[in-house]
Amino acid sequence: MGNSSSMLTQYDIEEVQQHCNDAFSQQEIVSLYQRFCQLDRSGGGFVSAEEFLSVPEFAVNPLSQRLLRMVDGLNFKEFVAFLSAFSPRATLQQKIEFIFKVYDSDGNGKVTFNDMLDVLHDLTGQFISEKQSKQVLTQVLEEAGYTNESLLVLADFVKILGSSGLEMEVEVPVD
Amino acid sequence: MNSNQGKLKPSSSELDLDRPNIEDYLPSGASIQEPHGKLRLSDLLDISPILTEAAGAIVDDSFTRCFKSNSPEPWNWNVYLFPLWCSGVVFRYLILFPARAIVLTIGWIIFLSCFIPVHFLLKGNDALRKKLERVLVELICSFFVASWTGVVKYHGPRPSMRPKQVFVANHTSMIDFIILEQMTAFAVIMQKHPGWVGLLQSTILESVGCIWFNRSEAKDREIVAKKLRDHSQGADNNPLLIFPEGTCVNNQYSVMFKKGAFELGCTVCPIAIKYNKIFVDAFWNSRKQSFTMHLLQLMTSWAVVCDVWYLEPQNLRPGETAIEFAERVRDIISVRAGLRKVPWDGYLKYSRPSPKHRERKQQSFAESVLRRLEEK
Repeated sequence: MGNSSSMLTQYDIEEVQQHCNDAFSQQEIVSLYQRFCQLDRSGGGFVSAEEFLSVPEFAVNPLSQRLLRMVDGLNFKEFVAFLSAFSPRATLQQKIEFIFKVYDSDGNGKVTFNDMLDVLHDLTGQFISEKQSKQVLTQVLEEAGYTNESLLVLADFVKILGSSGLEMEVEVPVD
Repeated sequence: MNSNQGKLKPSSSELDLDRPNIEDYLPSGASIQEPHGKLRLSDLLDISPILTEAAGAIVDDSFTRCFKSNSPEPWNWNVYLFPLWCSGVVFRYLILFPARAIVLTIGWIIFLSCFIPVHFLLKGNDALRKKLERVLVELICSFFVASWTGVVKYHGPRPSMRPKQVFVANHTSMIDFIILEQMTAFAVIMQKHPGWVGLLQSTILESVGCIWFNRSEAKDREIVAKKLRDHSQGADNNPLLIFPEGTCVNNQYSVMFKKGAFELGCTVCPIAIKYNKIFVDAFWNSRKQSFTMHLLQLMTSWAVVCDVWYLEPQNLRPGETAIEFAERVRDIISVRAGLRKVPWDGYLKYSRPSPKHRERKQQSFAESVLRRLEEK
Protein backbone atom coordinates (compact mmCIF):
# COMPACT_ATOMS: atom_id res chain seq x y z
CA MET A 1 0.00 0.00 0.00
CA GLY A 2 1.77 3.13 -1.13
CA ASN A 3 0.67 6.72 -0.95
CA SER A 4 -2.71 7.04 0.66
CA SER A 5 -4.37 10.08 -0.83
CA SER A 6 -3.13 9.36 -4.32
CA MET A 7 -6.51 7.96 -5.18
CA LEU A 8 -8.65 10.59 -3.50
CA THR A 9 -9.04 13.83 -5.36
CA GLN A 10 -10.19 17.07 -3.78
CA TYR A 11 -13.50 16.56 -5.57
CA ASP A 12 -13.90 13.12 -4.01
CA ILE A 13 -13.17 14.46 -0.55
CA GLU A 14 -15.75 17.21 -0.92
CA GLU A 15 -18.33 14.76 -2.20
CA VAL A 16 -17.79 12.48 0.78
CA GLN A 17 -17.91 15.43 3.14
CA GLN A 18 -21.21 16.53 1.69
CA HIS A 19 -22.62 13.01 1.90
CA CYS A 20 -21.89 12.81 5.61
CA ASN A 21 -23.21 16.33 6.24
CA ASP A 22 -19.83 17.75 7.19
CA ALA A 23 -19.43 15.33 10.09
CA PHE A 24 -15.75 15.04 9.40
CA SER A 25 -13.08 17.49 8.35
CA GLN A 26 -11.20 16.96 5.11
CA GLN A 27 -8.15 15.75 6.97
CA GLU A 28 -10.22 13.22 8.88
CA ILE A 29 -11.71 11.97 5.63
CA VAL A 30 -8.22 11.39 4.24
CA SER A 31 -7.29 9.47 7.39
CA LEU A 32 -10.49 7.44 7.17
CA TYR A 33 -9.66 6.63 3.57
CA GLN A 34 -6.23 5.35 4.61
CA ARG A 35 -7.93 3.21 7.21
CA PHE A 36 -10.54 1.99 4.73
CA CYS A 37 -7.81 0.91 2.30
CA GLN A 38 -5.96 -0.77 5.12
CA LEU A 39 -9.05 -2.78 6.07
CA ASP A 40 -10.00 -3.52 2.47
CA ARG A 41 -7.21 -5.99 1.90
CA SER A 42 -8.76 -7.59 -1.12
CA GLY A 43 -8.97 -4.22 -2.81
CA GLY A 44 -12.59 -4.64 -3.85
CA GLY A 45 -13.63 -1.11 -2.95
CA PHE A 46 -15.60 -2.26 0.06
CA VAL A 47 -14.74 -3.91 3.35
CA SER A 48 -16.25 -7.36 3.76
CA ALA A 49 -17.48 -8.85 7.02
CA GLU A 50 -14.40 -11.09 7.16
CA GLU A 51 -12.14 -8.10 6.90
CA PHE A 52 -13.96 -6.29 9.71
CA LEU A 53 -13.77 -9.37 11.88
CA SER A 54 -10.02 -9.54 11.39
CA VAL A 55 -9.79 -6.56 13.73
CA PRO A 56 -9.79 -8.41 17.06
CA GLU A 57 -11.02 -5.39 19.01
CA PHE A 58 -14.11 -5.32 16.80
CA ALA A 59 -14.62 -9.07 16.80
CA VAL A 60 -14.85 -9.25 20.59
CA ASN A 61 -17.55 -6.58 20.73
CA PRO A 62 -20.96 -8.05 21.67
CA LEU A 63 -22.76 -6.00 19.03
CA SER A 64 -20.35 -6.82 16.22
CA GLN A 65 -22.82 -8.99 14.29
CA ARG A 66 -25.50 -6.30 14.37
CA LEU A 67 -23.09 -3.66 13.23
CA LEU A 68 -21.76 -5.93 10.52
CA ARG A 69 -25.21 -6.12 9.01
CA MET A 70 -25.18 -2.35 8.76
CA VAL A 71 -21.63 -1.85 7.56
CA ASP A 72 -20.85 -4.89 5.44
CA GLY A 73 -20.14 -4.11 1.82
CA LEU A 74 -20.36 -0.35 2.10
CA ASN A 75 -18.21 1.72 -0.22
CA PHE A 76 -16.08 4.48 1.20
CA LYS A 77 -18.68 7.23 0.96
CA GLU A 78 -21.27 5.13 2.78
CA PHE A 79 -18.63 4.01 5.29
CA VAL A 80 -17.97 7.60 6.27
CA ALA A 81 -21.70 8.29 6.47
CA PHE A 82 -22.04 5.27 8.76
CA LEU A 83 -19.35 6.62 11.07
CA SER A 84 -20.73 10.15 11.03
CA ALA A 85 -22.89 9.46 14.09
CA PHE A 86 -19.67 9.11 16.05
CA SER A 87 -18.21 12.42 15.06
CA PRO A 88 -17.95 15.10 17.75
CA ARG A 89 -19.90 17.32 15.36
CA ALA A 90 -22.86 14.95 15.21
CA THR A 91 -26.02 16.12 16.93
CA LEU A 92 -27.75 14.21 19.70
CA GLN A 93 -30.57 13.53 17.26
CA GLN A 94 -28.16 11.84 14.83
CA LYS A 95 -26.71 9.68 17.58
CA ILE A 96 -30.13 8.58 18.78
CA GLU A 97 -31.11 7.84 15.17
CA PHE A 98 -28.08 5.57 14.87
CA ILE A 99 -28.99 3.70 18.03
CA PHE A 100 -32.53 3.34 16.72
CA LYS A 101 -31.22 1.84 13.50
CA VAL A 102 -29.18 -0.70 15.44
CA TYR A 103 -32.36 -1.84 17.19
CA ASP A 104 -34.62 -1.67 14.16
CA SER A 105 -33.04 -4.56 12.26
CA ASP A 106 -35.81 -4.87 9.69
CA GLY A 107 -35.74 -1.17 9.00
CA ASN A 108 -39.47 -0.56 9.19
CA GLY A 109 -39.20 2.36 11.58
CA LYS A 110 -40.64 0.46 14.54
CA VAL A 111 -38.79 -1.26 17.36
CA THR A 112 -40.68 -4.17 18.85
CA PHE A 113 -40.35 -5.97 22.16
CA ASN A 114 -38.50 -8.75 20.35
CA ASP A 115 -36.05 -6.33 18.77
CA MET A 116 -35.13 -5.03 22.21
CA LEU A 117 -34.96 -8.55 23.54
CA ASP A 118 -32.53 -9.49 20.75
CA VAL A 119 -30.19 -6.65 21.56
CA LEU A 120 -30.34 -7.47 25.25
CA HIS A 121 -29.47 -11.03 24.37
CA ASP A 122 -26.46 -9.87 22.33
CA LEU A 123 -25.26 -7.81 25.27
CA THR A 124 -25.68 -10.44 27.96
CA GLY A 125 -25.07 -13.70 26.10
CA GLN A 126 -25.78 -16.78 28.11
CA PHE A 127 -25.57 -14.98 31.44
CA ILE A 128 -29.24 -14.03 31.63
CA SER A 129 -31.93 -16.58 30.96
CA GLU A 130 -34.66 -16.00 28.36
CA LYS A 131 -37.24 -15.71 31.10
CA GLN A 132 -35.19 -13.28 33.16
CA SER A 133 -34.52 -10.99 30.23
CA LYS A 134 -38.22 -10.87 29.33
CA GLN A 135 -38.95 -10.04 32.93
CA VAL A 136 -36.38 -7.28 33.08
CA LEU A 137 -37.49 -5.72 29.83
CA THR A 138 -41.19 -5.87 30.72
CA GLN A 139 -40.52 -4.28 34.07
CA VAL A 140 -38.52 -1.32 32.77
CA LEU A 141 -40.94 -0.81 29.89
CA GLU A 142 -43.89 -0.62 32.22
CA GLU A 143 -42.12 1.77 34.50
CA ALA A 144 -41.49 4.02 31.53
CA GLY A 145 -45.12 3.89 30.49
CA TYR A 146 -44.96 1.29 27.70
CA THR A 147 -46.11 -2.32 27.43
CA ASN A 148 -44.83 -5.52 25.83
CA GLU A 149 -46.86 -4.78 22.76
CA SER A 150 -45.70 -1.20 22.32
CA LEU A 151 -44.02 -0.40 19.06
CA LEU A 152 -41.42 2.27 19.69
CA VAL A 153 -40.64 4.78 17.01
CA LEU A 154 -37.78 7.23 16.73
CA ALA A 155 -39.66 9.88 18.68
CA ASP A 156 -39.97 7.49 21.61
CA PHE A 157 -36.24 6.85 21.55
CA VAL A 158 -35.60 10.58 21.51
CA LYS A 159 -37.85 10.99 24.52
CA ILE A 160 -36.20 8.13 26.42
CA LEU A 161 -32.58 8.81 25.58
CA GLY A 162 -32.72 12.55 25.03
CA SER A 163 -31.97 13.49 28.60
CA SER A 164 -29.40 10.85 29.44
CA GLY A 165 -26.28 12.70 28.32
CA LEU A 166 -25.34 10.35 25.51
CA GLU A 167 -21.64 10.12 24.82
CA MET A 168 -20.79 8.48 21.58
CA GLU A 169 -17.64 9.85 19.99
CA VAL A 170 -14.58 8.42 18.36
CA GLU A 171 -11.49 10.32 17.45
CA VAL A 172 -10.14 9.88 13.97
CA PRO A 173 -6.33 9.85 14.20
CA VAL A 174 -4.91 12.47 11.90
CA ASP A 175 -1.16 12.41 11.28
CA MET B 1 -15.72 -17.42 37.76
CA ASN B 2 -17.04 -15.55 40.76
CA SER B 3 -17.43 -11.84 40.61
CA ASN B 4 -15.02 -11.11 43.44
CA GLN B 5 -12.08 -12.67 41.64
CA GLY B 6 -10.04 -10.07 39.84
CA LYS B 7 -8.01 -12.10 37.35
CA LEU B 8 -8.58 -15.47 35.78
CA LYS B 9 -6.11 -18.05 37.00
CA PRO B 10 -4.21 -19.20 33.90
CA SER B 11 -4.52 -22.90 33.28
CA SER B 12 -1.81 -24.46 31.21
CA SER B 13 -4.08 -26.50 29.00
CA GLU B 14 -6.18 -23.59 27.80
CA LEU B 15 -4.81 -21.67 24.84
CA ASP B 16 -7.23 -18.84 25.43
CA LEU B 17 -6.54 -18.13 29.09
CA ASP B 18 -2.94 -17.73 28.06
CA ARG B 19 -2.76 -14.04 28.69
CA PRO B 20 -3.24 -11.33 31.32
CA ASN B 21 -6.56 -9.58 31.50
CA ILE B 22 -7.13 -7.83 28.17
CA GLU B 23 -9.70 -5.53 29.72
CA ASP B 24 -6.82 -3.70 31.39
CA TYR B 25 -5.45 -2.70 28.01
CA LEU B 26 -8.51 -2.04 25.90
CA PRO B 27 -9.74 1.54 25.64
CA SER B 28 -11.84 2.37 28.65
CA GLY B 29 -15.54 2.53 28.13
CA ALA B 30 -18.38 0.67 29.73
CA SER B 31 -15.86 -1.76 31.14
CA ILE B 32 -14.56 0.79 33.62
CA GLN B 33 -17.64 2.81 34.55
CA GLU B 34 -19.82 0.99 36.99
CA PRO B 35 -23.31 2.41 36.57
CA HIS B 36 -25.59 2.34 39.55
CA GLY B 37 -28.99 3.34 40.57
CA LYS B 38 -32.23 1.67 39.71
CA LEU B 39 -32.41 0.17 36.26
CA ARG B 40 -34.47 2.25 33.84
CA LEU B 41 -35.48 1.81 30.22
CA SER B 42 -32.94 4.41 29.16
CA ASP B 43 -30.16 2.34 30.71
CA LEU B 44 -31.13 -0.70 28.72
CA LEU B 45 -31.57 1.14 25.47
CA ASP B 46 -28.43 3.22 25.83
CA ILE B 47 -25.90 1.04 24.04
CA SER B 48 -23.69 4.01 23.23
CA PRO B 49 -20.56 2.86 25.17
CA ILE B 50 -20.48 -0.47 23.38
CA LEU B 51 -21.15 1.13 20.01
CA THR B 52 -18.38 3.63 20.69
CA GLU B 53 -15.94 0.81 21.39
CA ALA B 54 -16.91 -0.91 18.14
CA ALA B 55 -16.64 2.27 16.11
CA GLY B 56 -13.30 3.03 17.78
CA ALA B 57 -12.04 -0.35 16.68
CA ILE B 58 -13.22 0.27 13.13
CA VAL B 59 -11.45 3.60 12.98
CA ASP B 60 -8.16 2.52 14.54
CA ASP B 61 -7.00 -0.50 16.45
CA SER B 62 -3.77 -1.45 18.10
CA PHE B 63 -3.56 -4.88 16.50
CA THR B 64 -3.54 -3.70 12.88
CA ARG B 65 -1.00 -1.06 13.77
CA CYS B 66 1.49 -3.82 14.63
CA PHE B 67 1.53 -5.10 11.10
CA LYS B 68 1.59 -1.89 9.16
CA SER B 69 4.58 -1.53 6.88
CA ASN B 70 6.33 1.78 7.23
CA SER B 71 6.54 3.16 3.74
CA PRO B 72 9.35 5.66 3.52
CA GLU B 73 8.44 9.31 3.13
CA PRO B 74 9.11 10.44 -0.43
CA TRP B 75 11.72 13.14 -0.37
CA ASN B 76 12.44 13.42 -4.06
CA TRP B 77 9.90 16.06 -4.78
CA ASN B 78 11.81 18.85 -6.38
CA VAL B 79 14.11 19.56 -9.30
CA TYR B 80 17.20 19.45 -7.12
CA LEU B 81 16.46 16.27 -5.18
CA PHE B 82 14.79 14.24 -7.90
CA PRO B 83 17.90 13.65 -10.06
CA LEU B 84 19.77 12.80 -6.87
CA TRP B 85 17.17 10.21 -6.08
CA CYS B 86 17.25 8.87 -9.62
CA SER B 87 20.99 8.40 -9.56
CA GLY B 88 20.53 6.65 -6.23
CA VAL B 89 18.06 4.25 -7.79
CA VAL B 90 20.38 3.60 -10.71
CA PHE B 91 23.27 2.97 -8.35
CA ARG B 92 21.27 0.65 -6.15
CA TYR B 93 19.75 -1.43 -8.89
CA LEU B 94 22.50 -1.50 -11.47
CA ILE B 95 25.65 -1.45 -9.37
CA LEU B 96 24.92 -2.49 -5.81
CA PHE B 97 22.44 -5.19 -6.62
CA PRO B 98 24.57 -7.11 -9.13
CA ALA B 99 27.61 -6.77 -6.86
CA ARG B 100 25.65 -8.15 -3.97
CA ALA B 101 24.17 -10.93 -6.04
CA ILE B 102 27.67 -11.93 -7.05
CA VAL B 103 28.86 -11.91 -3.45
CA LEU B 104 25.93 -14.06 -2.45
CA THR B 105 26.54 -16.51 -5.29
CA ILE B 106 30.19 -16.84 -4.36
CA GLY B 107 29.13 -17.42 -0.79
CA TRP B 108 26.74 -20.17 -1.83
CA ILE B 109 29.36 -21.85 -3.99
CA ILE B 110 31.89 -21.89 -1.17
CA PHE B 111 29.29 -23.03 1.27
CA LEU B 112 27.92 -25.85 -0.83
CA SER B 113 31.31 -27.09 -1.89
CA CYS B 114 32.27 -27.44 1.75
CA PHE B 115 28.95 -28.43 3.20
CA ILE B 116 28.09 -31.30 0.88
CA PRO B 117 31.40 -33.16 1.32
CA VAL B 118 31.38 -32.59 5.06
CA HIS B 119 27.81 -33.76 5.35
CA PHE B 120 28.32 -36.99 3.45
CA LEU B 121 31.90 -37.92 4.08
CA LEU B 122 31.88 -37.35 7.81
CA LYS B 123 28.72 -39.35 8.38
CA GLY B 124 30.52 -41.49 10.91
CA ASN B 125 32.25 -38.77 12.87
CA ASP B 126 29.26 -36.90 14.24
CA ALA B 127 30.93 -34.50 16.64
CA LEU B 128 33.39 -33.16 14.08
CA ARG B 129 30.70 -33.03 11.40
CA LYS B 130 28.38 -31.01 13.62
CA LYS B 131 31.15 -28.59 14.49
CA LEU B 132 32.09 -28.01 10.87
CA GLU B 133 28.47 -27.64 9.77
CA ARG B 134 27.93 -25.07 12.51
CA VAL B 135 30.84 -23.01 11.25
CA LEU B 136 29.63 -23.31 7.67
CA VAL B 137 26.11 -22.17 8.54
CA GLU B 138 27.56 -19.17 10.35
CA LEU B 139 29.57 -18.51 7.21
CA ILE B 140 26.67 -18.55 4.79
CA CYS B 141 24.70 -16.30 7.12
CA SER B 142 27.56 -13.82 7.07
CA PHE B 143 27.42 -13.91 3.30
CA PHE B 144 23.70 -13.20 3.39
CA VAL B 145 24.21 -10.28 5.72
CA ALA B 146 26.96 -8.96 3.45
CA SER B 147 24.60 -9.24 0.50
CA TRP B 148 22.37 -6.59 2.01
CA THR B 149 25.32 -4.60 3.30
CA GLY B 150 24.18 -5.44 6.75
CA VAL B 151 25.65 -3.20 9.38
CA VAL B 152 24.91 -4.98 12.60
CA LYS B 153 26.05 -3.68 15.91
CA TYR B 154 26.10 -6.31 18.62
CA HIS B 155 25.90 -5.09 22.17
CA GLY B 156 26.37 -7.08 25.28
CA PRO B 157 28.23 -10.28 26.07
CA ARG B 158 28.19 -12.96 23.38
CA PRO B 159 25.90 -15.85 24.26
CA SER B 160 27.92 -18.57 25.90
CA MET B 161 27.15 -22.17 25.14
CA ARG B 162 25.69 -23.56 28.31
CA PRO B 163 23.10 -26.23 28.77
CA LYS B 164 19.57 -25.46 30.01
CA GLN B 165 19.40 -22.12 28.33
CA VAL B 166 17.15 -20.73 25.61
CA PHE B 167 17.27 -17.44 23.75
CA VAL B 168 14.25 -15.32 22.92
CA ALA B 169 14.04 -12.34 20.63
CA ASN B 170 11.46 -10.04 19.09
CA HIS B 171 10.57 -10.93 15.51
CA THR B 172 10.46 -8.63 12.52
CA SER B 173 11.43 -10.81 9.59
CA MET B 174 13.09 -14.11 8.88
CA ILE B 175 16.31 -12.18 8.49
CA ASP B 176 16.35 -11.83 12.29
CA PHE B 177 17.40 -15.42 12.35
CA ILE B 178 20.14 -14.90 9.78
CA ILE B 179 21.52 -11.88 11.60
CA LEU B 180 21.69 -13.73 14.88
CA GLU B 181 22.94 -16.93 13.29
CA GLN B 182 26.00 -15.32 11.79
CA MET B 183 27.32 -14.65 15.26
CA THR B 184 26.28 -17.87 16.98
CA ALA B 185 24.90 -21.05 15.52
CA PHE B 186 21.49 -21.34 17.13
CA ALA B 187 18.97 -24.04 16.64
CA VAL B 188 15.69 -22.45 15.82
CA ILE B 189 12.01 -23.21 15.87
CA MET B 190 10.25 -22.13 12.71
CA GLN B 191 7.13 -22.44 10.64
CA LYS B 192 7.77 -24.72 7.68
CA HIS B 193 7.64 -22.67 4.50
CA PRO B 194 7.01 -23.78 0.94
CA GLY B 195 9.37 -23.26 -1.97
CA TRP B 196 13.10 -22.78 -1.84
CA VAL B 197 12.98 -21.60 1.74
CA GLY B 198 11.43 -24.90 2.75
CA LEU B 199 14.17 -26.74 0.90
CA LEU B 200 16.83 -24.83 2.79
CA GLN B 201 15.01 -25.50 6.01
CA SER B 202 14.93 -29.23 5.49
CA THR B 203 18.50 -29.61 4.38
CA ILE B 204 20.83 -27.06 5.85
CA LEU B 205 18.97 -25.98 8.92
CA GLU B 206 18.54 -29.60 9.93
CA SER B 207 22.25 -29.65 10.60
CA VAL B 208 22.06 -27.01 13.29
CA GLY B 209 19.02 -28.68 14.75
CA CYS B 210 15.64 -27.17 14.08
CA ILE B 211 12.13 -27.76 15.23
CA TRP B 212 9.17 -27.34 12.92
CA PHE B 213 5.73 -26.29 13.87
CA ASN B 214 2.52 -25.85 12.00
CA ARG B 215 0.31 -22.99 13.07
CA SER B 216 -2.79 -24.47 11.57
CA GLU B 217 -2.70 -27.68 13.55
CA ALA B 218 -4.30 -27.59 16.96
CA LYS B 219 -2.58 -30.65 18.41
CA ASP B 220 0.71 -29.27 17.25
CA ARG B 221 1.23 -27.24 20.41
CA GLU B 222 1.78 -30.23 22.64
CA ILE B 223 4.07 -31.96 20.18
CA VAL B 224 6.15 -28.84 19.80
CA ALA B 225 6.25 -28.22 23.53
CA LYS B 226 7.66 -31.69 24.00
CA LYS B 227 10.27 -31.21 21.27
CA LEU B 228 11.32 -27.94 22.86
CA ARG B 229 11.75 -29.57 26.20
CA ASP B 230 13.76 -32.46 24.78
CA HIS B 231 16.02 -30.16 22.83
CA SER B 232 16.77 -27.84 25.71
CA GLN B 233 17.66 -30.74 27.97
CA GLY B 234 20.10 -32.20 25.47
CA ALA B 235 23.67 -31.32 26.34
CA ASP B 236 25.30 -30.95 22.96
CA ASN B 237 22.44 -29.50 21.02
CA ASN B 238 22.89 -26.00 19.75
CA PRO B 239 21.28 -23.37 21.97
CA LEU B 240 17.68 -22.83 21.04
CA LEU B 241 16.48 -19.53 19.62
CA ILE B 242 12.79 -18.87 19.98
CA PHE B 243 10.67 -15.99 18.72
CA PRO B 244 7.85 -16.02 21.27
CA GLU B 245 5.68 -13.57 19.34
CA GLY B 246 5.00 -16.35 16.87
CA THR B 247 4.73 -14.02 13.90
CA CYS B 248 6.53 -11.09 12.29
CA VAL B 249 5.70 -7.70 13.77
CA ASN B 250 6.71 -4.35 12.33
CA ASN B 251 9.50 -3.46 14.78
CA GLN B 252 7.49 -0.64 16.37
CA TYR B 253 5.28 -2.80 18.54
CA SER B 254 5.50 -6.10 20.31
CA VAL B 255 2.66 -8.57 20.59
CA MET B 256 2.18 -10.99 23.42
CA PHE B 257 4.80 -13.61 24.02
CA LYS B 258 3.69 -17.21 23.97
CA LYS B 259 4.52 -18.94 27.18
CA GLY B 260 6.02 -22.08 25.58
CA ALA B 261 9.59 -20.83 25.79
CA PHE B 262 9.18 -19.83 29.42
CA GLU B 263 8.07 -23.09 30.92
CA LEU B 264 11.01 -25.28 29.93
CA GLY B 265 12.78 -24.93 33.23
CA CYS B 266 15.68 -23.13 31.56
CA THR B 267 17.30 -19.77 31.87
CA VAL B 268 15.89 -17.37 29.32
CA CYS B 269 18.33 -14.97 27.65
CA PRO B 270 16.50 -12.08 25.99
CA ILE B 271 17.79 -10.59 22.76
CA ALA B 272 16.43 -7.29 21.44
CA ILE B 273 16.69 -6.40 17.74
CA LYS B 274 15.97 -2.96 16.38
CA TYR B 275 16.27 -2.04 12.73
CA ASN B 276 17.10 1.46 11.65
CA LYS B 277 14.14 2.59 9.56
CA ILE B 278 16.05 5.28 7.71
CA PHE B 279 17.82 2.73 5.58
CA VAL B 280 15.15 0.18 4.97
CA ASP B 281 11.95 -1.12 6.49
CA ALA B 282 13.01 -4.60 7.46
CA PHE B 283 9.51 -5.75 8.39
CA TRP B 284 8.51 -8.76 6.36
CA ASN B 285 4.80 -8.33 5.77
CA SER B 286 4.09 -11.92 4.84
CA ARG B 287 0.60 -10.97 3.75
CA LYS B 288 1.97 -8.57 1.18
CA GLN B 289 5.17 -10.13 -0.13
CA SER B 290 6.83 -13.47 -0.49
CA PHE B 291 10.18 -13.98 1.18
CA THR B 292 11.93 -13.82 -2.18
CA MET B 293 10.48 -10.38 -2.88
CA HIS B 294 11.42 -9.32 0.62
CA LEU B 295 15.03 -10.39 0.10
CA LEU B 296 15.16 -8.63 -3.24
CA GLN B 297 13.85 -5.48 -1.61
CA LEU B 298 16.62 -5.69 0.95
CA MET B 299 19.25 -6.31 -1.69
CA THR B 300 18.24 -3.22 -3.63
CA SER B 301 18.25 -0.87 -0.67
CA TRP B 302 21.23 0.99 0.66
CA ALA B 303 21.88 -1.05 3.76
CA VAL B 304 20.28 -2.98 6.56
CA VAL B 305 21.34 -1.29 9.73
CA CYS B 306 20.37 -2.77 13.02
CA ASP B 307 21.27 -3.10 16.65
CA VAL B 308 21.29 -6.37 18.52
CA TRP B 309 21.39 -6.36 22.28
CA TYR B 310 22.15 -9.50 24.23
CA LEU B 311 20.43 -8.83 27.51
CA GLU B 312 20.84 -10.24 30.97
CA PRO B 313 19.66 -13.85 31.35
CA GLN B 314 16.46 -14.21 33.36
CA ASN B 315 15.14 -17.00 35.50
CA LEU B 316 11.68 -17.82 36.66
CA ARG B 317 11.16 -16.07 39.97
CA PRO B 318 9.59 -17.97 42.87
CA GLY B 319 5.82 -17.64 42.73
CA GLU B 320 5.87 -16.32 39.17
CA THR B 321 3.81 -18.07 36.52
CA ALA B 322 5.12 -18.77 33.04
CA ILE B 323 2.86 -16.07 31.62
CA GLU B 324 4.10 -13.45 34.08
CA PHE B 325 7.65 -14.48 33.27
CA ALA B 326 6.93 -14.11 29.55
CA GLU B 327 5.47 -10.65 30.09
CA ARG B 328 8.42 -9.61 32.22
CA VAL B 329 10.87 -10.64 29.52
CA ARG B 330 8.72 -8.92 26.89
CA ASP B 331 8.98 -5.77 28.97
CA ILE B 332 12.75 -6.02 29.07
CA ILE B 333 13.03 -6.52 25.32
CA SER B 334 10.43 -3.86 24.44
CA VAL B 335 12.12 -1.24 26.58
CA ARG B 336 15.53 -1.97 25.10
CA ALA B 337 14.33 -1.96 21.50
CA GLY B 338 11.87 0.91 21.90
CA LEU B 339 8.78 -1.15 21.09
CA ARG B 340 5.25 -0.41 22.25
CA LYS B 341 3.50 -3.32 23.86
CA VAL B 342 0.05 -4.38 22.71
CA PRO B 343 -2.07 -6.99 24.48
CA TRP B 344 -2.84 -9.11 21.45
CA ASP B 345 -1.79 -12.61 20.53
CA GLY B 346 0.10 -12.60 17.23
CA TYR B 347 -1.87 -15.60 16.03
CA LEU B 348 -4.96 -13.38 15.75
CA LYS B 349 -3.50 -12.61 12.35
CA TYR B 350 -4.63 -16.07 11.32
CA SER B 351 -7.65 -16.74 13.50
CA ARG B 352 -10.53 -15.08 15.31
CA PRO B 353 -10.31 -14.14 18.96
CA SER B 354 -11.77 -16.66 21.29
CA PRO B 355 -15.38 -16.06 22.41
CA LYS B 356 -14.15 -15.84 26.00
CA HIS B 357 -13.38 -12.13 25.66
CA ARG B 358 -16.87 -11.31 24.48
CA GLU B 359 -18.32 -13.55 27.17
CA ARG B 360 -16.49 -11.66 29.86
CA LYS B 361 -18.05 -8.40 28.69
CA GLN B 362 -21.46 -10.00 28.45
CA GLN B 363 -21.17 -11.43 31.91
CA SER B 364 -20.26 -8.12 33.52
CA PHE B 365 -23.12 -6.36 31.75
CA ALA B 366 -25.58 -9.07 32.76
CA GLU B 367 -24.48 -8.89 36.38
CA SER B 368 -24.85 -5.13 36.42
CA VAL B 369 -28.37 -5.32 34.95
CA LEU B 370 -29.54 -7.91 37.46
CA ARG B 371 -27.99 -6.07 40.34
CA ARG B 372 -29.55 -2.76 39.45
CA LEU B 373 -32.91 -4.39 39.03
CA GLU B 374 -32.87 -5.15 42.72
CA GLU B 375 -31.98 -1.64 43.76
CA LYS B 376 -34.66 0.70 45.00
